[in-house]
Amino acid sequence: MFPASFGYFAARSLEEALELLTEYGEDAKLLAGGHSLIPAMKLRLATPRYLIDLGRVPGLSGVRIDGEALAIGALTAHADVASSAIIRQRLPGLADAASVIGDVQVRNRGTIGGSVAHADPAADLPVILTALGASFVLASPSGKRTVAAEDFFIDFYTTALAPNEVLTGIRVPLPPSGAGAAYAKLPHPASGYVVVSAGALIIRQPSGQCASARVALGGMAGRPLRAGATETALQGKALTPQVIAAAAAKAAEGSDPIEDAYASAEYKRQVAAVYARRAIESAAKRAGQKI
Amino acid sequence: MSGKMERVTVPINVTVNGVKHEAEVEPRLLLVYFLREHLGLTGTHVGCDTSQCGACTIHMNGRAVKSCTVLAVQADGVKITTIEGLAPEGTLHPVQEGFREKHGLQCGYCTPGMIMTAVHLLETNSSPTEEEIRHALEGNLCRCTGYIHIVEAIQWAAQRMRSSHVSS
Repeated sequence: MFPASFGYFAARSLEEALELLTEYGEDAKLLAGGHSLIPAMKLRLATPRYLIDLGRVPGLSGVRIDGEALAIGALTAHADVASSAIIRQRLPGLADAASVIGDVQVRNRGTIGGSVAHADPAADLPVILTALGASFVLASPSGKRTVAAEDFFIDFYTTALAPNEVLTGIRVPLPPSGAGAAYAKLPHPASGYVVVSAGALIIRQPSGQCASARVALGGMAGRPLRAGATETALQGKALTPQVIAAAAAKAAEGSDPIEDAYASAEYKRQVAAVYARRAIESAAKRAGQKI
Repeated sequence: MSGKMERVTVPINVTVNGVKHEAEVEPRLLLVYFLREHLGLTGTHVGCDTSQCGACTIHMNGRAVKSCTVLAVQADGVKITTIEGLAPEGTLHPVQEGFREKHGLQCGYCTPGMIMTAVHLLETNSSPTEEEIRHALEGNLCRCTGYIHIVEAIQWAAQRMRSSHVSS
């Protein structure tokens, strides 16, 4: 299978990428690792007239601590997110999610920025990044803006990125001590994509009560969904298995899951409760709760 | 779609198995076809052509990737290793030897990809558990052997590589 013909530009700097994007606008697609875009182009689901390759733009990969946040370059490969010492130490829930994407070869090539910008509703990173309260740095010729994950993901493959913007980085607030995050996923047995998944960030008081909870679900809609009823049910409560199970049972409340040949809406609602419970329990354990 | 654009080629410089190559390629040319049809390195196979099966696995700058899902233009300036470049002519890499010793193949179609993934694994983890080996092979499909002999081949190679490392 071959993609349809296209014009190719290898941008050497962010400025050059932005200039090209301004010139070619909606006729162009940005290429990072290409592990969502190239398969779509081979199937002729995507037929961009121009590709602007970000692969050689310096300064867009790597992980560092920047003030109160973790700053992850958009071109950082999933394998590097999964193995990063800083991420494994400070945000192991994010490393977990990166380590269950696709397979080894896909993780070696696919990038965090590519996954976020592609906004596949069956992808892993948008879910955990929503749970972690991440935000995305978008560069355009007129400057930079930062958009919270919840405002960024709009619907299936649809984001807040304007045609002249490049996603350059991901910022994840470093959780306070006594916090834990985790990701739990039911993968499709053949493709490995998300059927249903859950990401959780639990901030625990030394007394064992839940100071705050953020829970996001994947596979339930065209974008990651916050499990609001679950979060409310955890707030201020002791993080016992009973409380967590009762809260997780509300995970699908108010959702209208997308159905497919593999999973009915009813099945997804039930599975969402199970995976929300697993993610919350793991996050609570990482926050210091004995379960 | 303008006819003019379809004919445009892009110059690339790629080092494959230690040999530098300069080429003019269409942007849509996939790396696996560049290796097979332009360079004649047909040891890298095309299996599913949809980034599932791993038969086309090669190393880009030391990392296992699926070359059916990389454009040749993305390999500009990159060092590539294919199955042909794992060991000097006439010799076998320990992982290749392991596949022979432990009958890690039947039809052989998936084998180059399996070996390239296994080499990448053993370069990052010299003593993988069986579970780690199986997890590492998640992106490589074999439709003959049922994987048992493939896992044994990689365990054999891991031991061989550790003992030769100690003795050297």
